[in-house]
Amino acid sequence: MSKAAAPLPAWGDPILSDAEKRSLAALCARMIPASAEFKVPGADDALIQADIAKSLDRDAAAVHRALAQLERISGGSLADLDIEKQEESCATLRAEGGADLTALGRIILQCYYRDDRVMISLGMEPRPPFPKGHTLPQGDWALLDPVRKRGKIWREV
Amino acid sequence: MTDPVDILIIGSGASGAAFAWSMADTKMRIVCLEQGDWVKPTDYPANGRDWEARRYGDADIMANRRQLPADYPINDANSIVKIANFNAVGGGTVHYAAHFPRLHPSDFRVKSLDGVADDWPIDYAVLEPFFAQNDQMMGVAGLAGDPGFPPHTMPMPPVPLGRSGTRAGETMNRLGWHWWPSGAAIATVEHDGRAPCINLGHCLPGCAQGAKGSTDITYWPVAIRAGVELRTNCRVREITIGPDGMATGAIYYDRDGREVFQPAHVVVMAANGIGTPRLLLNSKSDCFPNGLANSSGLVGRNLMLHPWPIIHGWFDDEMDGQRGPLVSIWSKQFYETDPARDFVRGYMLQFGRGAGPVGEAMSGVEAGRIPWGAGHHAAMRRFANHRFHVGVACDDLPEAHNRITLDPVLKDAHGIPAPRIDYTMSDNTARMMEHGIARATEIMRAAGAHTIACSRDVLNYPGHLLGTARMGTDPARSVVNAWGRSHDVKNLFVIDGSVFVTGGGLNPTSTIQAIALYIADQMKQRLDTLFE
Repeated sequence: MSKAAAPLPAWGDPILSDAEKRSLAALCARMIPASAEFKVPGADDALIQADIAKSLDRDAAAVHRALAQLERISGGSLADLDIEKQEESCATLRAEGGADLTALGRIILQCYYRDDRVMISLGMEPRPPFPKGHTLPQGDWALLDPVRKRGKIWREV
Repeated sequence: MTDPVDILIIGSGASGAAFAWSMADTKMRIVCLEQGDWVKPTDYPANGRDWEARRYGDADIMANRRQLPADYPINDANSIVKIANFNAVGGGTVHYAAHFPRLHPSDFRVKSLDGVADDWPIDYAVLEPFFAQNDQMMGVAGLAGDPGFPPHTMPMPPVPLGRSGTRAGETMNRLGWHWWPSGAAIATVEHDGRAPCINLGHCLPGCAQGAKGSTDITYWPVAIRAGVELRTNCRVREITIGPDGMATGAIYYDRDGREVFQPAHVVVMAANGIGTPRLLLNSKSDCFPNGLANSSGLVGRNLMLHPWPIIHGWFDDEMDGQRGPLVSIWSKQFYETDPARDFVRGYMLQFGRGAGPVGEAMSGVEAGRIPWGAGHHAAMRRFANHRFHVGVACDDLPEAHNRITLDPVLKDAHGIPAPRIDYTMSDNTARMMEHGIARATEIMRAAGAHTIACSRDVLNYPGHLLGTARMGTDPARSVVNAWGRSHDVKNLFVIDGSVFVTGGGLNPTSTIQAIALYIADQMKQRLDTLFE
């Protein structure tokens, strides 16, 4: 008997439609708006939106469902509503919640918080951890003196 | 069919690697089958800008989320603790935090001391030389002299305290409670060709620096140079049995999906607490209709997973954030049984550092600490890089109803029945957990946290998979004997976390590997009488 090598699982269509992209951008603008005070773009920024669109990965099916949920709540595209109605729809979406919305929210945050401008605003260098790494204070091991003074606490057998 | 080998090891993780290395000096022909592949350090997430996102994708600790070709599905819907594992050369050590405590002497005598569970057939003293050997091979950093544990040396100096460890240590001193720098399999100085830790702060999904001691870079290179053959992308379907009731080898699917029979004189199970019982239960035959080595009915039972709530505290001043090893300090203050409490046994408190911005944002938004809209940015800056956490590592005692069976429907990509997990928390563990949460909350308050959070519903998933083929002297009450040999099949051995009689309240990798080295040593001493 011989079996074929394991196929990769299907995670859903990784491509968003234009209508879904419009709703997503409107949702992102309500979720994380741009801020002049902190010198950061909103999550509806074009670069961040492009990153989100190519990052659906294992959550593609959940993202499509979450955007359909949003469209149902909005009675169409969220982008076509005025700001007040958009806020109402987003509040309803959050109140309904669910695993699909959680998955969509995670992708938005994962892409937003790796954007160069956002990382710089947080005081971080816009780079991966490797190979530069980080420095960490060693600390003062004399802090352990009181622990040593109290003596052994493990149980003899 | 391939040529017979002397020893066939199934699984290349913590135990399989240590065992293979130890047995290599016998010059026997040894083959290890691993269902995953080698992972290159350049493939680890810390190399890329998506380093945090990949923790929730292809580098997730949960196989059900990763769904990589080497992974198999696990039905853990009926378990409060979900199953974390990793299927590759090095196994779970690739994805662990490298926390390296040892089981305490009292953990081996739970029945005698506290009247619960069972005593082990071995004790701490038996394992002590193998702990030391393993510490050297894995490269353990720490500080000797911990009053919370029997004296032993540490090969390297400890990981830095950092801001969070310092704050936690000062707080524990004020409370008058034990704490000590964590022992960690992390090279803090150059060690055996491994470069020292540079505080990438991203230990769990693989260390790009190679400072974390995972067995793909510790034991395996040495074992392979000594002649052990490691075959990757080989998923074992079943252990085969001859008419005499002895194991004859294993049937596996190779990287091209071809079915291969590998004959062997000795079969060694090293697939840990889920993989090993799954394979034994899948190895049914006329001789063993209930699964291999299962005359006791205990294969898959007594699963221990370590319920592990985490208490987070956020502070006004900056902490370590994602910088530095996850592990920092530990406390054994509440580890041993205290008759004044309403539970027996105890837990270790493990102090960890913070999270990166993605992790902070995700947990903050989902918990409502960080809002949508105009207040998002200010809240994010209040929380990011301002927390540390305390994990409560609870000793969950063995209970027969906590078990692994074969799922009647779910199968892996090769059609092999998948494991189903049924696991509930005992009243003793629940009381222990609440005690630990209360103490950790007390610590956070004393440390000055402005916000404290804990979840009892979504527990940490430590990937500690123990007890499902336990060792003992009575064949009716255990699966293997005191040196890992199956009571039923005298050339079948189990060397992984499955053999644990009790789980302790701490990370088990150090003890798993000490046991694997001990069993290898026992086998080498008994080569002439191994099957008697």
